[in-house]
Amino acid sequence: MIDIIIGHYNYWIVILLMMAGFYTVINRGNLIKKIAGLNIFQTSVFLLYISIGYVEGGTTPIIADGFTIYSNPLPHVLILTAIVVGVSTTALGLALVVRIKEAYGTIEEDEIHDQDMSL
Amino acid sequence: MKHNLILRFIAKYFFPVIALFALYVQFHGDYGPGGGFQAGVILSVAFIFYALVFGMKTTEQVLPFGVLRILASTGVLIYAGTGVVTMLMGGNFLDYDTLSLHPLQGQHIGIIVIELGVGITVSAVMLMIFYAFANRENHD
Amino acid sequence: MIEQNLCLLLVVIPLLAAPITAMLPNGKLPWLMTLTVTWLCFTLASWQLSIVIDGSVISYELGGWSPPWGIEYRIDAMNALVALIVAGIAAITLPYALRTVEKEIPLQQTSLFYSAFLLCLVGLLGIAQTGDVFNLFVFLEISSLSSYVLIAMGKQRRALTAAYQYLIMGSIGATFLLIGIGLIYAETGTLNMQDLHLRLQPILDHRTVHTGFAFIVVGIALKLALFPLHLWLPNAYKYSPSAVSVFLSATATKVAVYIMLRMVFTVFSSEFFKITPAENIFLLLGVFGVIVASIAAIYQNDIKRILAYSSIAQISYMVLGMGQASVLGVTATLVHVFNHALMKGALFMAAGAIVYRVGTSKLDSLNGIGRQMPWTFTAIFIAGLSLIGIPGTAGFISKWYFILAALEQQSWLIALVILLGSLFSVVYMWKILEVMFFRPATETDLPVSEAPLSMLIPMWTLVLANIYFGINTELTVNVADTAVKLLGVVTYHE
Repeated sequence: MIDIIIGHYNYWIVILLMMAGFYTVINRGNLIKKIAGLNIFQTSVFLLYISIGYVEGGTTPIIADGFTIYSNPLPHVLILTAIVVGVSTTALGLALVVRIKEAYGTIEEDEIHDQDMSL
Repeated sequence: MKHNLILRFIAKYFFPVIALFALYVQFHGDYGPGGGFQAGVILSVAFIFYALVFGMKTTEQVLPFGVLRILASTGVLIYAGTGVVTMLMGGNFLDYDTLSLHPLQGQHIGIIVIELGVGITVSAVMLMIFYAFANRENHD
Repeated sequence: MIEQNLCLLLVVIPLLAAPITAMLPNGKLPWLMTLTVTWLCFTLASWQLSIVIDGSVISYELGGWSPPWGIEYRIDAMNALVALIVAGIAAITLPYALRTVEKEIPLQQTSLFYSAFLLCLVGLLGIAQTGDVFNLFVFLEISSLSSYVLIAMGKQRRALTAAYQYLIMGSIGATFLLIGIGLIYAETGTLNMQDLHLRLQPILDHRTVHTGFAFIVVGIALKLALFPLHLWLPNAYKYSPSAVSVFLSATATKVAVYIMLRMVFTVFSSEFFKITPAENIFLLLGVFGVIVASIAAIYQNDIKRILAYSSIAQISYMVLGMGQASVLGVTATLVHVFNHALMKGALFMAAGAIVYRVGTSKLDSLNGIGRQMPWTFTAIFIAGLSLIGIPGTAGFISKWYFILAALEQQSWLIALVILLGSLFSVVYMWKILEVMFFRPATETDLPVSEAPLSMLIPMWTLVLANIYFGINTELTVNVADTAVKLLGVVTYHE
């Protein structure tokens, strides 16, 4: 029982962050908080990939003299790409929020919904 | 913010330090953590810091928006262009072995060139995003 | 050299053209550049289909690294069909887009609009060509990000909230897909689709594999607009510019159907699909999707929204075909992917022509338009017949295959639901046609003229293609048969 909690602590952290981020996206009505929740959600996925790529006793996956065991380089490269994708999504989302603020005057989702329904 | 002496001093004297660090990260991607994306972000941070202290007008005199657009497109074209050059030399797309007489040297050349393309595009795009957000204030 | 690198040139040519288009001055020049590139991609995609139509497979290694260490582009009949659909719809949309983009997009954003269009094309073609799951995720995100931008360029301010909602839901879907890929990578250590298939076979009963499968299916279902996850689609299709509605409605969700087929039948296998609850869930959600979306379409009073809900219903048909998990079912899905692109492309082009002339797409403002725009009206009429499934049109072929697939598995309920869906589509198409033709024009409506020729010709090309592929089914059915054989779908008789 203790082994499940302590031995797999990286997965527990991933689950915690994932659920926190996902809950924020669904529950919060403020548009910027939704984007922040999406970021936390994506960060938990990055942690998942990197933590499974670790090799016991391995060093960073760059060839250097004196080391024979390296961590798996593939998850690192995948996560670099995924981070760039996440940054682009956040930038696009924030640009949309700026335009929505100029068009509607508010960034609360229910007020925007009221303005749309009243027309 | 340019009336504050400390900020003015630091912005002026740290700009080349940050830019140098960005170039270091860019070209040492082969031998340590680094590469195009990280270097691009650090270089754009240098410009953003300067713009925050001295204002958008001064920064736009150095780097107008049109130049940034051309730089962003150029970086992507360098990357895809390297792939096309390797195809023209007879290999598959992005087969760096064909870029030089020794395959190992070809790999080094290929990686440096595409990381350069990535670095140029990323720094230009980050600055364009900052310009777009910062210039929005004037329209209200 | 072109033949050797053919499958790659389809992705690289728009990728090179997109930044060049962003640098061009605004006006007609970006449109001309995009037109040339899309027509070039269409010729390359047809050439590629002609190579693989007999069942052979093209395999291309990127960077000279052989799979499974490197990224592989692997083209069989199904990939080539999807690539042909995407390139074909893009090629048809460009002549149509000249007038509508001039009217709807401000002049200083024209070159960036066409650049984003080319990037969306790169993403969709890349998904169709690749044989590596992480490359698939990257291209999926490229196409999604550019489609968020394209949708946000609509004229009304609700386009911004529609694009934002699509962004949040689409990013969650893509992240779920990423989690699923991570879990099956942790179990097998490879990212190449063929290699994953081999390595997953002995470990199919591990809980991690089941979890990874669940995440992948839910992630793709968000992009697919499967029934309860379809909330982004009506607003996104209604408020986007006309050319974007045509392009996205005819390609984006079909490519998501292709991703689902590829992941379920190639990476995992159809035997695995049968033992998971996913098969029954697809059938259940497909049934609900058809009924709920068709009824929702009947109650809308805006022509673009009716077509958007109708798209959700048609996607639910495709998911029903997948849920049958039989040879006939998957053949029906592939045939419908092709035919639905033709149908919805023509219908959205007609809706865009109406918006171009009248200025709005609300049904209340369209009284009697049909008599003043006869060509557009006839196009809606024939494409509507195809949507309903009248014999002689392409829609009939897909409905026929769906009903055959349902009857083969003796699911009378599914066959009934398919016929019910056709009945509902009669109701909402009749609603559009009745307002357009049979109502007299009120005094407040200004007289409008027929849509310009540059919009009528692409519209009628798609309408005539509907009729052609309804009579000569050789291309679609042959390609679908070859593709299903290569997928390795096995029919179980219960």
